[in-house]
Amino acid sequence: MNSNSPSTSAGGPGSADSTAPRRNSKRPKYSRFTQQELPACKPILTPKWVVEIIDRYETDCVPLDSRNDKVGFIQSPQDKTCHRNLTVPKRMKRPIYVYYQLDNFYQNHRRYVKSRSDQQLRNPGDEGDTSACEPEDTAHGMPIVPCGLIAWSLFNDTYNFTRNDQLVTINKTGISWKSDRDHKFGKNVYPRNFQNNTLVGGAHLVANKSLSEQEDLIVWMRTAALPTFRKLYGKIEVDLQAGDVINVELQNNYNTYSFDGKKKLVLSTTSWLGGKNDFLGIAYLVVGGLCFFLSLVFTIIYLVKPRKLGDPSYLSWNRNPGGH
Amino acid sequence: MDLNLNSQFESGNSPLPDFIRNSSSQRSTSSIQSIYSKTSGGHAVREVGFELGSKPSVRHGSRGADSERFSSSYKEINDQDARLVYINDPEKTNGKFEFARNSIRTGKYSILTFLPRNLFEQFHRVAYIYFLAIAILNQLPQLAVFGRGASILPLAIVLFVTAVKDAYEDFRRHRSDKIENNRLAWVFVNDQFQQKKWKDLRVGEIIKVSANESLPSDMVLLSTSDTTGVAYIQTTNLDGESNLKTRYAKQETQMKNPEKEKISGLIKCEKPNRNIYGFQANMEIDGKRVSLGPSNIILRGCELKNTNWALGIAVYAGRETKAMLNNSGAPSKRSRLETKMNQEIIYLSIFLVILCTIVSVCHGVWLRLHKDDLVLMQFYRKKDYSKPKVKDYNYYGWGMEIFFVFLMSVIVFQIMIPISLYISMELVRVGQAYFMIRDDRMLDEASNSRFQCRALNINEDLGQIKYVFSDKTGTLTENKMEFHCASIGGVDYSGGKALAEDEQTGYLARVDGQVFRPKMKVKVDPELLSLSKQKQTDEGRHVHDFFIALAACNTIVPLTVETSDPALKLIDYQGESPDEQALVYAAAAYGFMLIERTSGHIVIDIQGEKQRYNVLGLHEFDSDRKRMSVILGCPDNTFKVFVKGADTTMFSVIDQSLNSNVVKATEDHLHFYSSKGLRTLVVGMRDLSASEFEQWQSSYEKASTALMGRASLLRKVAYNIENSLSILGASAIEDKLQQGVPEAIESLRNAGIKVWVLTGDKQETAISIGHSSKLLTSKMTQIVVNNISKESCKKSLEDALLMCKKLTIASDATGGGSGSRMTEIALTIDGTSLVHILDTELEEQLFEVASKCTVVLCCRVAPLQKAGIVALMKNRANEMTLAIGDGANDVSMIQMADVGIGISGQEGRQAVMASDFAMGQFRFLVPLLLVHGHWNYQRMSYMILYNFYRNSVFVLVLFWYTLFTSFTLTTAITDWSSMLYSVIYTSFPTIVVGILDKDLSRTTLLRYPQLYGTGQRQESYNAKLFWVTILDTLWQSIAAFFVPLIAYWGSDVDGSSIGDLWTIAVVIMVNLHLAMDVFRWYWITHAAIWGSIVATFICVMVIDALPSLPGYWAFFHIAGTELFWACLLGITIAALVPRFVVKILIQYFGPDDIQIAREAEKVENSRESRDAEIEMNPIFHPPRR
Repeated sequence: MNSNSPSTSAGGPGSADSTAPRRNSKRPKYSRFTQQELPACKPILTPKWVVEIIDRYETDCVPLDSRNDKVGFIQSPQDKTCHRNLTVPKRMKRPIYVYYQLDNFYQNHRRYVKSRSDQQLRNPGDEGDTSACEPEDTAHGMPIVPCGLIAWSLFNDTYNFTRNDQLVTINKTGISWKSDRDHKFGKNVYPRNFQNNTLVGGAHLVANKSLSEQEDLIVWMRTAALPTFRKLYGKIEVDLQAGDVINVELQNNYNTYSFDGKKKLVLSTTSWLGGKNDFLGIAYLVVGGLCFFLSLVFTIIYLVKPRKLGDPSYLSWNRNPGGH
Repeated sequence: MDLNLNSQFESGNSPLPDFIRNSSSQRSTSSIQSIYSKTSGGHAVREVGFELGSKPSVRHGSRGADSERFSSSYKEINDQDARLVYINDPEKTNGKFEFARNSIRTGKYSILTFLPRNLFEQFHRVAYIYFLAIAILNQLPQLAVFGRGASILPLAIVLFVTAVKDAYEDFRRHRSDKIENNRLAWVFVNDQFQQKKWKDLRVGEIIKVSANESLPSDMVLLSTSDTTGVAYIQTTNLDGESNLKTRYAKQETQMKNPEKEKISGLIKCEKPNRNIYGFQANMEIDGKRVSLGPSNIILRGCELKNTNWALGIAVYAGRETKAMLNNSGAPSKRSRLETKMNQEIIYLSIFLVILCTIVSVCHGVWLRLHKDDLVLMQFYRKKDYSKPKVKDYNYYGWGMEIFFVFLMSVIVFQIMIPISLYISMELVRVGQAYFMIRDDRMLDEASNSRFQCRALNINEDLGQIKYVFSDKTGTLTENKMEFHCASIGGVDYSGGKALAEDEQTGYLARVDGQVFRPKMKVKVDPELLSLSKQKQTDEGRHVHDFFIALAACNTIVPLTVETSDPALKLIDYQGESPDEQALVYAAAAYGFMLIERTSGHIVIDIQGEKQRYNVLGLHEFDSDRKRMSVILGCPDNTFKVFVKGADTTMFSVIDQSLNSNVVKATEDHLHFYSSKGLRTLVVGMRDLSASEFEQWQSSYEKASTALMGRASLLRKVAYNIENSLSILGASAIEDKLQQGVPEAIESLRNAGIKVWVLTGDKQETAISIGHSSKLLTSKMTQIVVNNISKESCKKSLEDALLMCKKLTIASDATGGGSGSRMTEIALTIDGTSLVHILDTELEEQLFEVASKCTVVLCCRVAPLQKAGIVALMKNRANEMTLAIGDGANDVSMIQMADVGIGISGQEGRQAVMASDFAMGQFRFLVPLLLVHGHWNYQRMSYMILYNFYRNSVFVLVLFWYTLFTSFTLTTAITDWSSMLYSVIYTSFPTIVVGILDKDLSRTTLLRYPQLYGTGQRQESYNAKLFWVTILDTLWQSIAAFFVPLIAYWGSDVDGSSIGDLWTIAVVIMVNLHLAMDVFRWYWITHAAIWGSIVATFICVMVIDALPSLPGYWAFFHIAGTELFWACLLGITIAALVPRFVVKILIQYFGPDDIQIAREAEKVENSRESRDAEIEMNPIFHPPRR
């Protein structure tokens, strides 16, 4: 199904008339209703497939000689650039969403979920409100902004796409919820003292950008419900044709090796039901089929062995007299 | 039968065996007896029931238990047990012991103590303590699962609501206390009477009360306006009896006037106790020692009537008054459903522990597996690097972590134990009680008394009753005594015609130009009437003496009532025994009208001639002798003793050799009367020679002034004088069956309820009442057990058992499919046999026989035996029992049964006070059990199951999520939602449905009493249903949890959003589940169910509109996606389809009775749209009489 936004007709007869001098007073007042030109949805049932490219790279992006000690590799300061080629299987219409997907990462772990300070994110005055943020509450005796494990572990792999040696731009604005940008992350709250401890958990923030503009952080701090999750990285605003080969240059910085986590890069279009997930459709079909089957069985039994409703002779004491 | 009677005579002659002395059971006189014991209670045997608060004695055979009390009532008051009251000297009285002031406090709390005391009382419930413990656990930093506020909120709400309710009730009590305490009374201070507030009264003060005023404290009467020292009081506030009772001032004090001469003296009385019919004291005045009894004390709460003023000295004040001591609530019982429910709650607790163990063990395993990764894992970060010294952060080792996780999971899954269920149940019961009370079909229009719910926690037991134990007099019958016929001198006069149409034919007495007429008219036998006017014939003299006996041998007080006609006055006979009233009215109708009674003489108008008789002595009724006697000095200067009493004890004192024909004939008549269901009394008399009289008088005076063992001395005197009587005749009083009793019994029987009648009456009376009330039918085989020894009891029980078996086999052989009912067996057993059976090994046999019988009649049973029989069936049969009665002798039985019902009738209010429910008529039992009981049971059962389901389904959804958070008990559903879930999101519909839903209409339930069987067979709540519900719960939780989980797997959904989805999905599912099971949709039901869903949406929106919570705006984001709604729909369908299908299949292909009846209701309604009101199964043959 596809629905377009209401269209306004620019060159209808009405607009032509409006320019003409008003001579004929008998002419009724122009009304879109009478002229049957009300704005309308125009739904057309079009099968729309979600096209998804998934590339798992957490092992491939570790050089062969380091594969025995992936944790050591990821902790070392060496260059971690990695090149991947993705082939587009079908035409992908814009917008194409770029996600990173982590498996086995418990963003819903109790220690993790609680380790944040919503006050501090919102209000510059509440900078010191870090009690919930341990062990990432202070660095060198000063409060960290934004504090807590969630912010500290901000995802820091980066992707650059090129198609036919041409840069495919990734739009990274508007990837977070507007409500979060407006109300949850302060426009006058700036990162301070961030990632200054001995153990660096993830990405650094741009120091002179307010938190409400740090959309990667905002996205990351909407902690995922499930241990396998995607986070929006950006949007590609051009269509990709089937057969296109996209070259990805990625910086494999994030440590998922310590807990056997998988990392995947996902390019996906979207449908009205969200991303690619066939479960609900199948479930509906199964339940519907079951209901149909049951109603069929019920009808057959009803036809074979009917029962008169509310017949007192069925009452137990009428069926077997004497015993109650 | 004869044999039986004879055997009892024998026992009457010999020194009385204990059981007869104590059983006090003879029903024909028991009401007299119980009432006598009220006026002279200190000396008579008090029945157990009178000790309202105390538990019935453990032994139920009547031997032993009472005799101790018997003897103890004769004990002199020891000095250390006594309270010393100095008359008119409150300073001295209160100097040594500070007696309670007269201010009363029924309020429980003061402003200061309210909070701690109320909380203390509320935390008596285990559930609340569980709740509190969890809230406290949650406050520990390591375990803080929920936010502080969220975790305390539900407990706080519950405590607050209850506290507000308590505070309001207490406020009302305080207000009424204040009004009471500030009432004014005239008190003798400084040699004159002054007005004082009630609360300032002190023990020892002399108080003056005027007519129609209530008494401010318990007082010993000093003097009254009546010269003989009589005061009449009405005790309506105390025990509900509206007739006047007489109290006497002692002659020693009667003449004194405190304003003229100083009164001083000392009263030594019992410590305050709650026995309102007993009082014992001595008074030392003017150097004399006078004994005081219950007839000398007037109690707080009573009203003075027909007496201009009375002076009394306060002996008990304030909270120590008998009225206040008796001011206790009904005993608390726990319903069977609740007991069963508690069992299932234990299962749920086990289930909870299992869930918690799974989570903590899995967590431990997870920690072990990732032991080495924990330091670097971004979402665990075991170490804290921010401080100079690197150490573990919030990690206490493997074992401790498991332990903490266990505790945390208890906190998270706490609502597995449905705490809100207890509150909901209470609310539902209040609602149900409201509708029971307001039911017009249980309104007794005669006395305008509504149904009363005194116990609020056993409503649902009414739907499971298997045995009904009923008292006879006042319960099956009206207890409105009416003189029916008499046998005088061996001649039966039972040709009583209906009242003559003409009012004037009633007997009138003309005195000083004024006409006196008895207030009640009695039908008279013309032959007897004409006989009563002859004085010359032998027969006439006999009749004359008989009616003199009826008019004189009683304690009735005639009161004249003015009418609109100044010349006509009505005479109202006030007395405590309805039997005596009936007899005096009868005597009046035959021309022997009692006109005046003082303590010294009576005036009887005999056929227009006023005659004065001196009452020289009165031997009051006691349950030992079962008779009373009066010694009269007649106008012709002869002395006569008149005795009336129960036949068993009367025949033993009647000189049978004197005119044996008459005795024999009377006996036959008695037999005939009692077989017609009449209550009989035998009357006898003797002329006393002068020497006999003097001998009696000296011993009587000696006895009545004795200080030690006065009662037993008096009894001895009575035994001496009451012998070799000549028989005058016997009276028969009719006690009419209450309206609708046969129909009600028929309905109850059809409902599968076994009705037992326990009565103090004679066997013949009991059987005849059994016939007229349709309890016994001619088709039944009767087994009678009346024996006087244990061996014969054993034998007859064995015989009975054999007979039962034979009959059952016979009916099995013949009755297979022929449609005839099984041969029904009726067992009649008497109190004497029960003495040998109860508390012995024969109990088991009795139980076996009794459980095979459809009807059991127990006659001549004592109050404790009644309780014993109830206990026998209750404990052995493990079925629900209900006892219904109206008198004090039913109290122990009412308290023993699972459900006790008091009939608020003629015999006072003890039964009502001890009961769980009270109503005006026996027949209300039918709507109460069949309609309300059925509804309540069905509603409550469903509610309990539903509450288990709704809480477990939520807990399971939380649990499933825990499996996907590496077992760390994160909840996607916000703290607030999980706390509000059982308080707001889902609580109202279940309460509304629990109060209002009806599976069947009243008409149907009354038309098919058999439908009551669902409750007896526990069809609405049993272990099977519980486990089926749990299975359904499991499935529904899986559907609710896993549909979104799989649909959102690997997507960018955040925890709060999917949490909102789960919240809403569960709430919708749970409410639709309820909607699916609702039978009747009222607008309130609609409002509650759909309103709850809407309320949930609103609450979720509000919670998500708070920017300080992590889930800010989550709902609005996820609700904007189609997937959300698709999931919601999918969950609802997938979760409810199995239940729906099973329900439909069962309803259509294996319907139970209720389902068929419900269909019939609907089909019929549409077929014939008339609204037929069927009250009960009508019975067309009028009750046999």
